[in-house]
Amino acid sequence: MTLAGVLSQLLQVALALALAPLLVGWVNQCRAWLSNRSAPPLLLPYRTIRKLFTKDAIVAEGASPIFRVTPYVVFGAMCCAAAIVPSLATDLPFAQAADAIALVGLFALARVFIALAAMDIGTAFGSLGARREMFVGFLAEPALLMVLFTASLISGSTSLPTIVDTLAHREFAIYPSLAFAGVAFTMVSLAENARIPVDNPTTHLELTMIHEAMILEYSARHLALIEWASALKLFNYSCIGLALFFPFGIAPGGGDWLATMGAAPALIGKLAIGGFLLALIEALSAKMRIFRAPEFLGTAFLLAVLAMLVNLLLGS
Amino acid sequence: MDLTPLELVIAVIVAWLAIGTLGLARPHALRFVGRVLFCAGAVVGLVLAVVALIAIGQPPQSTVLPLGLPDLPFHLRLDSLSAFFLLLLGAAGAAISLFSAGYFRSGEGTAPGLLCFEYHVFLAAMALVLVADDAYLFMVAWETMALASYFLVTTDHRLPEIRRAGFLYLLIAHVGAIALLLCFGVLQGGSGDYTFDAMRSVVLTGAWPSVAFSLALFGFGAKAGLLPLHVWLPEAHPAAPSPVSALMSGVMLKTAIYGLLRVAFDLLGGQLWWWGVIALALGLVTALFGVVFAAVQSDMKRLLAYSSIENIGIIVAGIGLAILFKAYAKPLLAAITLTAVLYHALNHAFFKSLLFLATGSVLHATKERSLGRLGGLIHRMPWVAWLALVGTLAIAGMPPLNGFVSEWLLLQAFLFTPTLPQSFVNMLVPLAAAALVLAAALGAYVMVKFYGVVFLGRPREPNLAYAHDAGPFERAALVWLAAGCILLGIFPVNVIATLDPIVVLLIGSGANIPADNWLLLAPINEDRSSYSPLIVLVVIVGVVLLTVQIVHRYYHGRVRRAPAWDCGYPLQTPRMQDTAEGFGQPIRQVFEPFFRIERELPSPFDSAPRYRMRVHDRAWRALYEPIAKAAEFLARIAGLIQQGRIGVYLTYSFCTLLALLVFVR
Repeated sequence: MTLAGVLSQLLQVALALALAPLLVGWVNQCRAWLSNRSAPPLLLPYRTIRKLFTKDAIVAEGASPIFRVTPYVVFGAMCCAAAIVPSLATDLPFAQAADAIALVGLFALARVFIALAAMDIGTAFGSLGARREMFVGFLAEPALLMVLFTASLISGSTSLPTIVDTLAHREFAIYPSLAFAGVAFTMVSLAENARIPVDNPTTHLELTMIHEAMILEYSARHLALIEWASALKLFNYSCIGLALFFPFGIAPGGGDWLATMGAAPALIGKLAIGGFLLALIEALSAKMRIFRAPEFLGTAFLLAVLAMLVNLLLGS
Repeated sequence: MDLTPLELVIAVIVAWLAIGTLGLARPHALRFVGRVLFCAGAVVGLVLAVVALIAIGQPPQSTVLPLGLPDLPFHLRLDSLSAFFLLLLGAAGAAISLFSAGYFRSGEGTAPGLLCFEYHVFLAAMALVLVADDAYLFMVAWETMALASYFLVTTDHRLPEIRRAGFLYLLIAHVGAIALLLCFGVLQGGSGDYTFDAMRSVVLTGAWPSVAFSLALFGFGAKAGLLPLHVWLPEAHPAAPSPVSALMSGVMLKTAIYGLLRVAFDLLGGQLWWWGVIALALGLVTALFGVVFAAVQSDMKRLLAYSSIENIGIIVAGIGLAILFKAYAKPLLAAITLTAVLYHALNHAFFKSLLFLATGSVLHATKERSLGRLGGLIHRMPWVAWLALVGTLAIAGMPPLNGFVSEWLLLQAFLFTPTLPQSFVNMLVPLAAAALVLAAALGAYVMVKFYGVVFLGRPREPNLAYAHDAGPFERAALVWLAAGCILLGIFPVNVIATLDPIVVLLIGSGANIPADNWLLLAPINEDRSSYSPLIVLVVIVGVVLLTVQIVHRYYHGRVRRAPAWDCGYPLQTPRMQDTAEGFGQPIRQVFEPFFRIERELPSPFDSAPRYRMRVHDRAWRALYEPIAKAAEFLARIAGLIQQGRIGVYLTYSFCTLLALLVFVR
């Protein structure tokens, strides 16, 4: 563990915290353009978060401490995840403490806590949301793990920096296994980040909600933390996708400051394109019934398993 | 006085038997039995755990007890494998005994003193199974264990359904025991010597090793709850008092795992690769089956029983993988897999006992086992609820608790596979990994359902407002188990270093996981994979505290309490929360072919419409009912010759004599 490593680690987390709401704002803007609406300001998510922090928190009667602890736990788990995923550089000391499997574990921890908090108040919508979230999660989580396994089989390691180092330094070619994994990963990210076609982040119809139904009872700083954590989750997933499938431009280990700094514009550029594509997918697809979700996610799971098998068969 | 560990273990067994017998002396003295005898039993369990922990690293010791039949003394042996399972028994047993001290009440059913006797005989029999070194003692102890637990399961023997559950348990236990008897018969290989030492030296040829392994898998599988012999588990666990369920699920199932490991790795010299494939497939099917059924249960103890089936499935799948690796001469991978298996067995003993005991407290406080009538207990029973939360997160495989570590290790073992020589097996292993991951993810679903419905939300029944928290003994037991879950999760490197002698004993070489860096768990090397739960925990807690500090410093921390908003819907009642059935409904819909569903729908003209739905296990109709019918049919045929008149029987004797004279002479 070097000082430079720790610094680049902290820089990366700080960047993730700062950029995550921007990414959400950018996706919302693209969505608005694509559907011919006038776009909200790019910085709206920041203003929302600031506004929420200054308000009085309202906690439902009958809420247990789990309800109040959850926003912090979810936020903490997402910060941890941001520290593991190589977005700027692969020189991440913290990534030694948690590899790709632990990353999935962190996401699962956040999901379980938020589902428990949703059940804590004892309202109809809360438990509905919790049930649906766990329902989506039980298929999305294995699919995500399978995608990560495919990458680990290629690189012979489950540590994300090593995976990225290996993938970034191969000659450029299209690997069939990674192609399958990429499709699967896109589908999983849509589901996990409560995006169309599985969920709709801007819905106002309670009966179709998943993620929003769980956080209905949150207000003020708790809501702000949850929103920020959701933005971080989207950011993390985007970075995982970029790191696995477009790892070019990420600075290699060794504490080279210039390279790390130079990776930032590349990251922002890639995120902008990724955000636009996400908005495009959302604009082009319709939200599906909740019971179509298993088909969707089952497909993702099978594709990911197929990617692993293709990897073993073709050795790539 | 200088006693060897084996002598100490014998002393522990004798002490447990003595405590049990004391209970018989004053069967109705509830306070004496609870406060004195069960507490003494807990202390003895703790002693056993310490002795076993010391004995894991020591060379095997054996002794011969001058008991048993003439010319057939009891052989005892304590090696690392026995010691590990004794540690599990002692550590979990101590907590369960402590819990029992405050749990049992006098009432209908077995008297407390008798219960104490059965309970301690059960403990002693399990310990004896683990140190037995010949087939004779093993079977005697195994049957004693089955009988003692049968009587414990039928504590409330006045209820017919409990008697039924107990009978089913006894039946399957004995079917399994027959297979084990045959297995030992094969293993002695015609030498006539039933000590395990002799079995180790016998070289079986041809198909015999496979026959022995199949019989062992069947016999131990019946005790462990492998598909399709799992049917007794979801019946017996809810029927038994909670500490007994905890003991059965947490510890007794592990004796079956112990037996399987003993036969597959120790008594049978060489392993064949396809044994591994069978165990792996059977384990995964069991795991998936168990978790899917757990998701649709509405009785909390049945839910946990199905979850035990899931965990046993994962353990057996791991054993299968270890056999596969060992058969292909990959000792390092086999060692890592086996480490994961043992780790998971230990973890399961802790978190499953914790959860079963928590259901016991809930049961006492509310007299209610059905998830549909619970809810909101975190306000009334904070101790139980918070400690159960630890168990819930651990069993759901959340970092940094212990369930995650063993799953992580097992997945690492799966990921190392593509070096196997056979491409068919190579393809199979990733599929197995996918199934394992799916089971683990569904496990989280199940545990959220369990915890959310029991402890969170609003009370679904008015009488839950009078629920009381657990007493001091119960709390202490739960704290001990929860602490175990946390410590096993945070210090994996130390635990794995402790497990190493066992792995060396069974595989021949250790997992080579460096123990010098206690902070970082890194099998093979750090570049491949590494995990440090302590750092993860510290970072998460650090971020949480920092966030709390910052938020409260720069923004005011005022909190207002108000009625739940729920999108402004008025008239919220607790009945509008998800019931257990509601929460499990998506799983029921997705996995519909797994279940046999019985629906009772109201007609449009019903004045009092009723909707009823029951989910059944397909194994009953597909397997057990035909067997029962066949047995009945055979009995009826046999009944034909039974006429009940002495003249007829004399004719039979006469005919037999004639036949013997004609054919034998």
